[in-house]
Amino acid sequence: MDIEFIQKYTPLYIEAGELTLRIALIGIVGSIIVGLLCSLIRYYQIPILRRITGLYIELSRNTPLLIQLFFLYFGLPKAGIVLSSETCAIVGLIFLGGSYMSEAFRSGLEAVNSSQIEAGLSLGLTRYQVVRYVLLPQAISVSVPAFAANVIFLIKETSVFSAVALADLMYVAKDLIGLYYQTNEALLMLVIAYLIILLPISIVFSFIERKLRYAGFGN
Amino acid sequence: MQDLGISVLFQGKNFIRLLEGLWITVRISLISVAISILLGIILGMIMTSKNPIIKAITKAYLEFVRIMPQLVLLFLVYFGVTKAFGIHLSGELSAIIVFSVWGTAEMGDLVRGALESIPKHQYESGKAIGLTKLQIFGYIIIPQTVRRLVPLAINLVTRMIKTTSLIALIGVVEVVKVGQQIIEASRLSVPSAALWIYGVIFFLYFIVCYPISLLAAKLEKAWKD
Amino acid sequence: MSKRETLLEIKHLQKNYDDLQVLKDISLDVHKGEVVVIIGPSGCGKSTLLRCINGLEKIQGGEIILNGETISNRTKDMHLVRQKIGMVFQSYDLFPHMTILNNILLGPMKSQRRDRSEVTKEAEELLKRVGLLDKRDAYPRQLSGGQKQRVAIVRALCMHPEIMLFDEVTAALDPEMVREVLDVMLELAKEGSTMVIVTHEMSFARAVADRIIFMDKGEIVEESDPETFFTNPKTDRAKKFLNIFAFDTIKGV
Repeated sequence: MDIEFIQKYTPLYIEAGELTLRIALIGIVGSIIVGLLCSLIRYYQIPILRRITGLYIELSRNTPLLIQLFFLYFGLPKAGIVLSSETCAIVGLIFLGGSYMSEAFRSGLEAVNSSQIEAGLSLGLTRYQVVRYVLLPQAISVSVPAFAANVIFLIKETSVFSAVALADLMYVAKDLIGLYYQTNEALLMLVIAYLIILLPISIVFSFIERKLRYAGFGN
Repeated sequence: MQDLGISVLFQGKNFIRLLEGLWITVRISLISVAISILLGIILGMIMTSKNPIIKAITKAYLEFVRIMPQLVLLFLVYFGVTKAFGIHLSGELSAIIVFSVWGTAEMGDLVRGALESIPKHQYESGKAIGLTKLQIFGYIIIPQTVRRLVPLAINLVTRMIKTTSLIALIGVVEVVKVGQQIIEASRLSVPSAALWIYGVIFFLYFIVCYPISLLAAKLEKAWKD
Repeated sequence: MSKRETLLEIKHLQKNYDDLQVLKDISLDVHKGEVVVIIGPSGCGKSTLLRCINGLEKIQGGEIILNGETISNRTKDMHLVRQKIGMVFQSYDLFPHMTILNNILLGPMKSQRRDRSEVTKEAEELLKRVGLLDKRDAYPRQLSGGQKQRVAIVRALCMHPEIMLFDEVTAALDPEMVREVLDVMLELAKEGSTMVIVTHEMSFARAVADRIIFMDKGEIVEESDPETFFTNPKTDRAKKFLNIFAFDTIKGV
């Protein structure tokens, strides 16, 4: 194991890691917004929009991110729309993440018993008040496990960004292997980088999940 | 100009090559899932053991495979194994190994969960009507476990099919790589090929994965306890 | 007996679920301070009737009038109407993510915009009366079914409703806990609350009711005071229903 090599190239990995995290963060936030919107549309079964979001969800869940990125990065320019690698990465991530988040939130909304809504209405609360004080708090806590899984999933998906020329962790690793043949060192640093990013997140979410568990909803 | 673009699909054997590439994708996924189910059932049973060492090892294995992006695992096997043991693994074999390791971990966890969630009184009722341990396992436990597993296994197939797109990045000639080759070859004759080829590949994945997800959803609903 | 003012009027109420007529032609008046108990076999429409009063179900015919104001099939401001009607459900439905106290405070504070300290004082008084003051900071999951139901009643009472509806509130409770809830309801009746109670508890019905309404297949079949109903029912259907609750000994004398 060439320790000097590792020391020399650690900064490169850190920079790539930061890039990965930055794009992941933007992508996750975007996915949450898209997801919330879609889940509410599907929960309240708003006509027309419901079909459109349904189609969107099926398309994005049944196709790989790589193809979505290739289409955005290599395909769109042929139709006159040129996007930077970073923009493609973010758009692709939100396109994919939005549908996953939507399903997570929708299962949360549907897990809240309709009798809870009726109990709220019977107290004389307006529909808006019932959604705000009774429905959403419960829906959110039910969604947490799926939400956590999605966050981790999206961060893992960022590993394909190197395919659209983004200098992320995979790009750096592949470069170093190709240029210096220091495969073991490059791979080791790669694995450690992802462990550093994902292990803490995974642990924090397990902790939150355990805290938020109440036995039984509605009764 | 747009007409010119879509014509690339009908040139030569382009479309056939795409379908052949798609078949490679599906084949890799199916082989990997088959291996995963077999090894996963064994792993799942092992994981129900109370032995702390076994629990620690299996848990570490599970967490590692869960946390590492599949592409990283592919790199580890494709580049790392070659360097470490001197054998050169083909991209396709690397993919099957990685997917099987991934699939086994997931299936193993599912099997363990299914086995542990079967209420104790199922075992007890079996004993109460005089069945042997093996019979209880065969007639009561396994059928219920299978019901929970199959929809999830089918779901795993779709995820693997999508993930095989990554192996284009380690040079395997599957559908994405074929697409890239076609685009490269048509660079002069059909400059807008990229738009159409990737668009078509997008839908090819959809056409393959969507019916499978529908099947999984149907089965899950039909077999709901 | 002094003539009491009519609080709730139900006129020729009709309710359908798709093609099925669940309530056929219900007419009923409830007077201030009166306790009306509705009994009948499953599926006779008694729960549906309560839900129609509270606007949780749409009606297809007839009218519901509260204090002279038509409240049926309202689209606007139904929440204001519901503030005057308190309802307690079989499934109690306390909000699991809030403490007992906050469960009670939510309605008055958000809906009626009352002052927190004022409502808290009242909530605590009521909790004390039902013997649950020590649970004010607990969560619903920490309470037993009977305790939760008593809290549900307090929660409804804090809104100062003019009429209280009880939908089979003891049906889901273990037998030991049924009594503590019925005792609370008896107290309320003694104080002069206007109550409409749907229940299966026959001796309770007999003790608490001013009037018994017997329903079957979506219609009111018989209406009388409790003594008459339980000792000498007028209709055959009522007689048949009451027989369900009597067991002949199988061991012969």
